[in-house]
Amino acid sequence: MFPFILRRFVSMLLVLYCVVSLTFLLSRLAPGGPFDRERNPPPWIQTRLLEKYKLNGTLWQQYTAYLKDVVHGNLRVSFRYRNRTVNELLAQTLPITATLGIAAFVLSTTLGIWLGCLAAARYHTWIDTYSMLGALVALSIPTFVTGPLLILIFGLKLRWLPIGGWGEWIDLLLPAITLAGPYTAYIARIMRTSMLDVLEQDFIRTARSKGLPERRVIYQHALKVAILPVVSFLGPLAANLLTGSIVIETLFNIPGAGSFFVNSILNKDMFLLCGVTLVYCTLLIVLNFLVDIAYTLLDRRIKLYE
Amino acid sequence: MSDLTLWQRLRKRRATKLCLWIMALVIAAALFGPILLPSRFAELTNNQFAAPSISHPFGTDLNGRDLFYRVLQGARISLLVGGAGALISFFIGTAYGLVSGYVGGKTDAFMMRGVEILYSVPRLIIILIFINAFDSRLKDGFEALHWNGLIGFSRIIILILSLGLIEWLTMARIVRGQVLSLKSHQFVTAARSLGQSHFKILTRHLLPNLVGVVVVYLTLTIPAVMMDESFLSFLGLGIQSPQASWGSLLNDGAQVINPVRSNWWLLVFPASIMAATLLALNFLGDALRDVIDPRDRK
Repeated sequence: MFPFILRRFVSMLLVLYCVVSLTFLLSRLAPGGPFDRERNPPPWIQTRLLEKYKLNGTLWQQYTAYLKDVVHGNLRVSFRYRNRTVNELLAQTLPITATLGIAAFVLSTTLGIWLGCLAAARYHTWIDTYSMLGALVALSIPTFVTGPLLILIFGLKLRWLPIGGWGEWIDLLLPAITLAGPYTAYIARIMRTSMLDVLEQDFIRTARSKGLPERRVIYQHALKVAILPVVSFLGPLAANLLTGSIVIETLFNIPGAGSFFVNSILNKDMFLLCGVTLVYCTLLIVLNFLVDIAYTLLDRRIKLYE
Repeated sequence: MSDLTLWQRLRKRRATKLCLWIMALVIAAALFGPILLPSRFAELTNNQFAAPSISHPFGTDLNGRDLFYRVLQGARISLLVGGAGALISFFIGTAYGLVSGYVGGKTDAFMMRGVEILYSVPRLIIILIFINAFDSRLKDGFEALHWNGLIGFSRIIILILSLGLIEWLTMARIVRGQVLSLKSHQFVTAARSLGQSHFKILTRHLLPNLVGVVVVYLTLTIPAVMMDESFLSFLGLGIQSPQASWGSLLNDGAQVINPVRSNWWLLVFPASIMAATLLALNFLGDALRDVIDPRDRK
């Protein structure tokens, strides 16, 4: 177990290093800088500003200086939100994004697993056919199509739910449902396929011939094995939810890290852009590391040492 | 297996027929609509936020432009980006999968680990930074070369290139899996023993056997790229006005939503046409997979 974890840990650090370098160099290549406003200030102010943001010297010096700061946990200051560090901005916005993400995560996994099991148990009945048809529909329609439509129906026509903002728990409902929709469908589909495979196996026949009720056969015996493909999807799921939350936050006016990300591109706010990207990638890479370990712990058939 | 050709088997399914019709209609409307419609549809007018009527079947937008015309314009760009981006990712994915599966061993393990890592990072976010960095540079490049015809399209070109760069992972995985099982077949050994080069084996013997799966995943990559493009355009970071894509139209609609006047047509029409197109493409991909690879049917 230990060599496996160590190897994954090293590869994790390597990927993180690549992400930091790539984002820094790419955003340095992008036009604009700390003084990119309507008119350019005189050259001596430009030099002072570049010094202030540690963007003077050669590209290599800027890059190493930034790397050093990042290693020390300093993501520098925002160009746009004067006198506020990227760390402060992230500390304020990340909890909001996390709340939304976790709500969507819980919703899509529980609902998806349940729907998938249900469809597999009722294989070739109308429940199976129509829930899978519904899943394909939900999967094909992106959140920025369903979101505005849900706002129109539940927010404006029926006036059941608020159409945006952040503060009370009810504000979370519509965004979380919109975000979770396609992934619920995807999980239901892989859960169903995997469950159907497992239900054909010998140990299930044994369980049935012992006279166990079908409910226990599915939810206790089969689910333990059939859930593995869903577990291996959890990493990509987290990545998709995080990317998707950018749209949801913009659409529902939620002041999370995703909407700051979009603004940082529009405002050419380089350090904020790098900071958000970096934190997002770190989160995901660490999550994937944990999922990998969980997967190998769950599936005893995998050899850890190879 | 029956004697019917693939095409005949596909057409026997009623849902597939409907999807083919939807796609044909959308493509035809996108190609010919903007040419055939009278020019008054393309103009800016003072008739802001007019509800759907006979003269404006889909209503008008903030600038008084006819939404039906805008949706057709959007269809052009969305389909173009989807198709061309999918084609690029098809080349990358097939090449990557072929090499990884054929070489095998440590190279294969390394290359597949790379794919796994790419699956788990937010690719769309990193590609956004890429677009941000190269968009204006490409434009400047076109200006320097005096390729004036392309200047207006620099955004679309960079979108196609960058989205092609991120949607090839599934294709690579599938191709690699197929190659792994194919290369142990005797015809590969025979070709080897006849002294054929690796390149020839890959292109003459393995690739023709992959056409089926590759076509399936190409069909499924098109809607994926279209979704990515609309995602970026929805955030205001992709296609920009006066050009339009379905994503940017939805963004325009979502911006003017308010409790007093919902301007519902600005959302409902682009949304339903985009949803219908994506659904049709995904259904077609699924049906193709069932027909080509019946083992997977569940």
